Amino acid sequence: MTTPIVEITDLRKSYFRGEQVVEVLKGINLKVSEGGFTALMGPSGSGKSTLLNLIAGIDKPDVGSLTISGLDISSLSENDLAEWRSNNVGFIFQFYNLMPVLTAEQNVELPLLLSDLDAKSRKSRSRTILEMVGLGDRLDHYPNELSGGQQQRVAIARAIVTDPTLIVADEPTGDLDRNSASDVLNLLQRLNSEAGKTIIMVTHDISATHVANEVVHLDKGELISNEASNK
Amino acid sequence: MRLYIWIKANSYLTKHPTSRFHVFILRTSLKNAFRHKVRTMLTILGLAIAILAYGLLQTVITAWYSKATSASTARLVTRNATSLIFDLPVFFKEQIKGVEGVDKVAFAQWFGGVYKKPQNFFPQFAVSKNYLDVYPDFELNESDRISWNNEKRGAIVGRQLADRFSFEKEDIIQLKGTLYPGNWEFIVKGIYEGSDESKVTDRMFFHWDYLNAHVESMSKTTILEPNTVGVFISTVQDADYAADVSMRIDDVFKNSIAPSYTETEQAFQLGFVAMSDQIIEAIRTVSYVIVVIILAVMANTMAMSVRERTQEFATMKALGFKPNFLGFLVFSESIFIAMIGGGIGIMITHPSAYLFQMATDNIFPVFLVSNKTIGLQFFCACSVGILAAFIPAINVYRINVVDGLRTVN
Repeated sequence: MTTPIVEITDLRKSYFRGEQVVEVLKGINLKVSEGGFTALMGPSGSGKSTLLNLIAGIDKPDVGSLTISGLDISSLSENDLAEWRSNNVGFIFQFYNLMPVLTAEQNVELPLLLSDLDAKSRKSRSRTILEMVGLGDRLDHYPNELSGGQQQRVAIARAIVTDPTLIVADEPTGDLDRNSASDVLNLLQRLNSEAGKTIIMVTHDISATHVANEVVHLDKGELISNEASNK
Repeated sequence: MRLYIWIKANSYLTKHPTSRFHVFILRTSLKNAFRHKVRTMLTILGLAIAILAYGLLQTVITAWYSKATSASTARLVTRNATSLIFDLPVFFKEQIKGVEGVDKVAFAQWFGGVYKKPQNFFPQFAVSKNYLDVYPDFELNESDRISWNNEKRGAIVGRQLADRFSFEKEDIIQLKGTLYPGNWEFIVKGIYEGSDESKVTDRMFFHWDYLNAHVESMSKTTILEPNTVGVFISTVQDADYAADVSMRIDDVFKNSIAPSYTETEQAFQLGFVAMSDQIIEAIRTVSYVIVVIILAVMANTMAMSVRERTQEFATMKALGFKPNFLGFLVFSESIFIAMIGGGIGIMITHPSAYLFQMATDNIFPVFLVSNKTIGLQFFCACSVGILAAFIPAINVYRINVVDGLRTVN
């Protein structure tokens, strides 16, 4: 097995629902290899999105160890986590989460504002990435002028523009038709195979698991199987 | 592989963000501010009207005090100690002049005539011949002054009064006496100007001798007493000693038939303004209430705007933007809207003040929007912008990324 980029040991997470404590993750142990493409699957409420949020550093575990590239991110402060995310994580959301007041190019440029790149470099880089995802002719289009599939490709461009260590995708095809979903999955697969990006994807879509090389099943907050994909 | 090579070749990104956000902030503030055009336009309209109303009300207050603030502290006004409605004998003039520290002495008597109809009210005073000597802020050319002095019925009118009723030299002004019965005719012999635009020139002056001659002729049939004046106005040699001179003047008449009360002209005028203190306070309060109301409206606009964008702020936080920056975005958007509304309000204050003055039939002869008022308007607009964003900015600061991402915009 190659070097694990994500190492999770006895990870637990609970939420309060009113006065009731809901244990969402019950001692998860998981390793994700660098350059891997992992699909997290499971029924609603199984804890897969919570696990993804913890790996992405937008939530903190109650108990357990969560190490990304050797760094225990559960010990970082909010500001340090924000900086870590900006440098190491690319996000892809189910509903794209693009800024409606920004054009496709400006949306992709957004994470680069946190870098030291000058305006010209930022613009050049955003354009190149958009061309790579097949949207070179949609630079000045606002999200509401793009189809769902195109918006998701803009979101993918935004996720990879900073060259992150890890890409996390939460139901990236959940809001797309079959063709658009296929395009998006192919693009993710290319990022994984050509650019060597480590991708962790939450999905309900069985066909989406075909692009992954590892499928992790969760149920009721527990990891019930961890198998190599038969792609 | 092509993608991989490109990304690796461009992978240098430093860990510390720099301050390259100004273009982004300006662009997003502008666009976010106008995402709900109708709501934002109505807020801007409300702000403009509020800032305008605040400016006009502040100007009303300034105008109310203008006679007092433009009055001198180097001039003393001596009146009957019992009340202003009781006169003083005219011969007091020489005694006042003899008081140490007094330079010049003039006197005036309120006339209170009606020009055509009561609504045309303007102040008229019967004055001593040297009256303008103690009022260098009223400027009358020498030839007009001579002409006025040579005409028993002669009168001079201020520029604001002349403009109001289109008075010109040699016009005859007919007044119906109220305190002094009868129909009175005056010939305009000159139009005096204020030494600067803050000076109130809405008054008419005529010869006290002319009034006194009539009073003498009527004294047997009325209660009017001849040879009396309402106030003496004296200039002092050194304004620093005005209080001492005032006491010395009053000491002279302490045991006379008409004890006097002397104060600076400014204090004398403020005494009149003080009679309407409660009205002024009410106006002042209303002006602040207007600002508070628009602050509430603006805060509501910002709160709604931020609440609608919870998911966007959560997304930005997920991407690595820090809470301080997002809070700053909210502040900049709020200040941007406040500046537009406030700017419009300030721009239309001057023309509105002119229309207000016309509409109120020149109740305020000096109705100037001062720089201080404009500064206060600007301050109010800025304050509204900052305060309105305060709570929404805190809410953005506190947005939990996971909860925010679940929010449906």
